[in-house]
Amino acid sequence: MDVKDVLEKNEPFPGQVHPTPGGGILVSSIDEVISWARSNSLWPLVFGTSCCAIEMMSTASAKYDWSRFGFEVARATPRQADVIIIAGTIVNKMAPVLKRLYDQMADPKYVIAMGACATSGGPFFYNTYSVVKGADHVIPVDVYVAGCPPRPEALIHALITLQEKIRNGGSTQGAVDGNGKNG
Amino acid sequence: MDKEMLKTRIVDHFPSASIEEGTEWLTISVDASTWKNDALKLRQAEDLKLDYLFCLTCVDWKTHLSLVFHLHSTIYRHTLVVKTKMDRNLPEIETVSDIWRTAEFHEREAYDLFGVRFLNHPDLRRLFMTDDWKGWPLRKDYEDPVNMIRL
Amino acid sequence: MIEEIGTTEQGDLVINVGPQHPSTHGVLHLVITLSGETIRNVEPHLGYIHRSIEKMCESLSYRQFIYVTSRMDYLSSHINNHGCALCVEKGMQIEVPARAKVIRVLMDELTRLASHQLWWGAMAMDVGALTPFFHAFRERESINEIMEETCGARLTMNYMVPGGVMADLHANFQNRVKKFVQFFRSKLDEYDELVTDNVIFQNRMKGIGVLSGEDAISFGCSGPTARASGVSCDIRKLYPYEVYDQLKFEEITESRGDCFSRYLVRLREMRESLSIIDQLIDNIPEGDYQAKTKAVLKLPKGEFYSRVETARGEFGVYIISEGGTTPYRIKFRSPGFSNLSALNHMARGYKIGDLVAIMGTLDLVIPDIDR
Repeated sequence: MDVKDVLEKNEPFPGQVHPTPGGGILVSSIDEVISWARSNSLWPLVFGTSCCAIEMMSTASAKYDWSRFGFEVARATPRQADVIIIAGTIVNKMAPVLKRLYDQMADPKYVIAMGACATSGGPFFYNTYSVVKGADHVIPVDVYVAGCPPRPEALIHALITLQEKIRNGGSTQGAVDGNGKNG
Repeated sequence: MDKEMLKTRIVDHFPSASIEEGTEWLTISVDASTWKNDALKLRQAEDLKLDYLFCLTCVDWKTHLSLVFHLHSTIYRHTLVVKTKMDRNLPEIETVSDIWRTAEFHEREAYDLFGVRFLNHPDLRRLFMTDDWKGWPLRKDYEDPVNMIRL
Repeated sequence: MIEEIGTTEQGDLVINVGPQHPSTHGVLHLVITLSGETIRNVEPHLGYIHRSIEKMCESLSYRQFIYVTSRMDYLSSHINNHGCALCVEKGMQIEVPARAKVIRVLMDELTRLASHQLWWGAMAMDVGALTPFFHAFRERESINEIMEETCGARLTMNYMVPGGVMADLHANFQNRVKKFVQFFRSKLDEYDELVTDNVIFQNRMKGIGVLSGEDAISFGCSGPTARASGVSCDIRKLYPYEVYDQLKFEEITESRGDCFSRYLVRLREMRESLSIIDQLIDNIPEGDYQAKTKAVLKLPKGEFYSRVETARGEFGVYIISEGGTTPYRIKFRSPGFSNLSALNHMARGYKIGDLVAIMGTLDLVIPDIDR
């Protein structure tokens, strides 16, 4: 777990402060159970703009099944989804739509940027007038997956990484860290 | 039907059109001001019957703009390429979307990316860019210092 | 022209479908005017995946721009690359060796099969049947594995280069393809049993979204969309390229022009692709897989147009070159762009559920339309 943020926020304190999720014996066990439950039942939002969407559909189907990990129900409406997998390029016209979808999702919500285009603009980085160079210009991202398109196994690795991140209590939104602040 | 036979027919109908040499398909250049009548003739003449417009391209030659229409006939199986020139500062031409329905979208794309105004088009507005985008992106003098890298 | 969502003066409702919606075509935004549940007007709004590919290609060399076309119509990525390579070869007068031609046609037909498989699964899912999606993807995985062994990637393989193909076929290629063809033939009969002969499916598809032959030509439709209305426009038959003129296969046309005809045309095309693969898989000639070309390609001054038949229709590459190492202007004539312009005409007067069926049979891939 990355403690750089914590260090920067806690500058006046002498020494280093490592927060434990929850803080305290009773609350931290409940927090662990809650994190375990959350991580094992994340429902993805159906959001694919271009080629990576096909690999996402391959991950959803029989050979590289992602419902083994709890991602069984892919919801079409953001109100019922937990994780948004940005599969594909984000262009200037689509960015407000993505922001609105993210705002409509309920806390706790997580974001996976799948593929080179969502990570940094990808093959469309140079000499394009309409591509947003990375989805993290629009919404905060938890996990980045490299590849063009990434193999289904790479996407499953990203999903498992996200699950571990949730179990360890870290996320960009929604979870509360040991100092009582939103991370 | 081969190029030579098509050439004789075209010269019959359009004596003033200039023909380009050395191209794969017969290529003629017409004037932008007579384009609508010429297009009607190309579509309806009994020995031409060019009913399939499969490609409408706009090209920015730095001194002027030009439109290239690729036409095909499903009856005679011949192909014709028609080019017209337009002034860069005021590129206007008559629409052909009532002759070939596919031109509706193609002309909107040419307007969006090059700024060509098609007169009497049923719905001429931007297609790909957002409605408030300034400038014509595919023109050679489109300035975008953030994104465009000149090598 | 629709200004805003709401109710019009006549009492019609104006609603949005998309750009994010639970079907698999991509980001298509439709503004629909409804009177009750009957559609009065459908207006597509495009541009949500407009990646300015044509402008980008003006600064890429003739070897580099081919990878970008893989990502345009990503389900027929080989066929798009093939079209670009053909255009460059036409300009530079490069002669492709016989082995490369046969390999290219084999890869094209496998891609066509994969694209139609995904179309079948996605369309059945749109109409309401969830199981065929998993069947289709299981079969598609076999093709992806075959491609991965030879080309190195599953979806966007940059395998075709001007002059031939990038690498020779893997040693297992022939056996795997033969096994796959045998396996898939029986699956096509299964598809017929599962979906085609289903009474509910037929009621949802027959008589819906009729497009007449003259309208199809006027709207510039090509591929299975036009062939289902009786227009004979298969580029592999009309303007044969590579070895298509030596092969025996039929052009499938239907005459009714409704959704069910478009569905049947694609299913039968899958069988024709299997027969093409059968004819070629044992007769791959020996030789080079790539012609010798210069490292830096420069097309002479002029214009070049080449066309191929993708799974969606006619894909055209129009290069205007001024003699340099990068093209002066490239235009990609995408099949979906013209097919989509017929949607408004086809959908008027039907219900919302029928609109989903019509969009499914048009087989739209939005990045192909937006480029």
